[in-house]
Amino acid sequence: MTDYTADEMMTVAAARQLRDDTACFVGIGLPSTAANLARATHAPNLVLVYESGCLGAKPDRLPLSIGDGILADTADAVVSVPEVFNYWLQPGRIDVGFLGAAQLDRYGNINTTVVGGDYTDPRVRLPGAGGAPEIAASCGEVVVIVRQSLRTFVERVDFVTSVGYGSGPGDRARLGLRGGGPRTVITDLGVLEADPRTCELTLTRLHPGGTVEQARAATGWPLAVSDDLSTGEPPTDDELAVLRALEATKKAVR
Amino acid sequence: MAKLVSLADGVAELVRDGDVVAMEGFTHLIPFAAGHEIIRQRRRDLTLVRMTPDVIYDQLIGAGCVGRLVFSWGGNPGVGSLHRFRDAVQNSWPVPLELEEHSHAGMANRYVAGASGLPFAVLRGYTGTDLPRHTPNIRTIDCPFTGETLTAVPALRPDVTVVHAQRADRAGNVQIWGITGVQKEAVLAARRSLVTVEEIVDRLEPVPGQVVLPGWAVTAVAPVPGGSHPSYTQGYSVRDNDFYLAWDAISRDRDSFKQWLDRHVRKAEAQA
Repeated sequence: MTDYTADEMMTVAAARQLRDDTACFVGIGLPSTAANLARATHAPNLVLVYESGCLGAKPDRLPLSIGDGILADTADAVVSVPEVFNYWLQPGRIDVGFLGAAQLDRYGNINTTVVGGDYTDPRVRLPGAGGAPEIAASCGEVVVIVRQSLRTFVERVDFVTSVGYGSGPGDRARLGLRGGGPRTVITDLGVLEADPRTCELTLTRLHPGGTVEQARAATGWPLAVSDDLSTGEPPTDDELAVLRALEATKKAVR
Repeated sequence: MAKLVSLADGVAELVRDGDVVAMEGFTHLIPFAAGHEIIRQRRRDLTLVRMTPDVIYDQLIGAGCVGRLVFSWGGNPGVGSLHRFRDAVQNSWPVPLELEEHSHAGMANRYVAGASGLPFAVLRGYTGTDLPRHTPNIRTIDCPFTGETLTAVPALRPDVTVVHAQRADRAGNVQIWGITGVQKEAVLAARRSLVTVEEIVDRLEPVPGQVVLPGWAVTAVAPVPGGSHPSYTQGYSVRDNDFYLAWDAISRDRDSFKQWLDRHVRKAEAQA
């Protein structure tokens, strides 16, 4: 078996979450890499939707931005930005939304806006919302990919950019959010899933070699651990080969 | 009918100090050359509107042209943060920058309302987030038919919208294809519009997926070959990804930014 990095394990684990014949709203970076890996391995009919308006993009290399020309060149349809949000995302036509996060809390609420200080005078100004609030609201379910650390897994996010389960059970329905919310969070240490009863993110799987202690030490709240905690499969040689070939295309473009 | 103008004349006539200016283009077709001309003509106190203020707005903000930014995502796509934007927000350099922050869905719908001649747009959006607490013009409205509470955001009506397109004919009909983003809505929402194009042609040959802006809906068209660089123009140029990477280092430091601006934007002033 080939050696692999924690990021490779995380990307492979995220790709495995995506089922064939579903539609996935893809952000740039790790989500795009994972979605393209899924399409190149077990999910050839995965429909990739990019917020630039590219529906059913089939890039043969990793796009370098959500508006990369390769997405328009290979899409089933290229639509306007109002259309992608109004006709495709808002009515719930997209099965899975794939998001990253700068901060995440136990209920899967996401911050990508400001960290520290207050809103008008933050310690760190981040890019902001983009498409995320409505992706988190309207997709059938949300998968979050984020490296797990005390910096990212916080007791309370400094700003709610995108709503997960709010402050717990019943909040999504009360707010009128029609999508299912963040069912799964993939990190470099393992996989967390929202407990259907408490809505709390619960460690259900560790990547090979990982420990519960590591995961607890990288979490800013008392981490719930599933009674059925399992250990995931390492990346297969095929998954690694495809992932590395995809990553190499990114360098080749530059 | 749209007037054919030079870039310098178009900016001088259509972009004024204190204006609300929208420059759109979703990674593709970003009107960089027009942004540089606005910097050269030293416009001040602009309210800049853009869904994805990226490197072009970082340059305008760092050059001191901007007092207010209306946006939904501010970053260097695929690279990281915008350092001039951050410096303005965190340290008020070179001038304080006021923010009005939205989501993409909200901004897109605000342009649609502006283009449609409506005062506001309705959507399912922002609910439960902290954005409405900081952006007072995100409000709610009850549906008169179902009673459901939905989100309302006001129409965007820029004083001027600036976009880049592939080509136009001599009557100023503009043809855009590839990722067309929100440009049509942004032009139709604005009181005035300036479109820079790669070339002026005698006849517009149809292209699959095209958007055509009729010449009578556009104020002025300026031929600017390469006007989207380092962004790209489908069918004419490819994205200069190296520049976006390089911008991270250029913009991190005030002095290196100023040197870059003098050398690559203001120097062209002398030649123009």
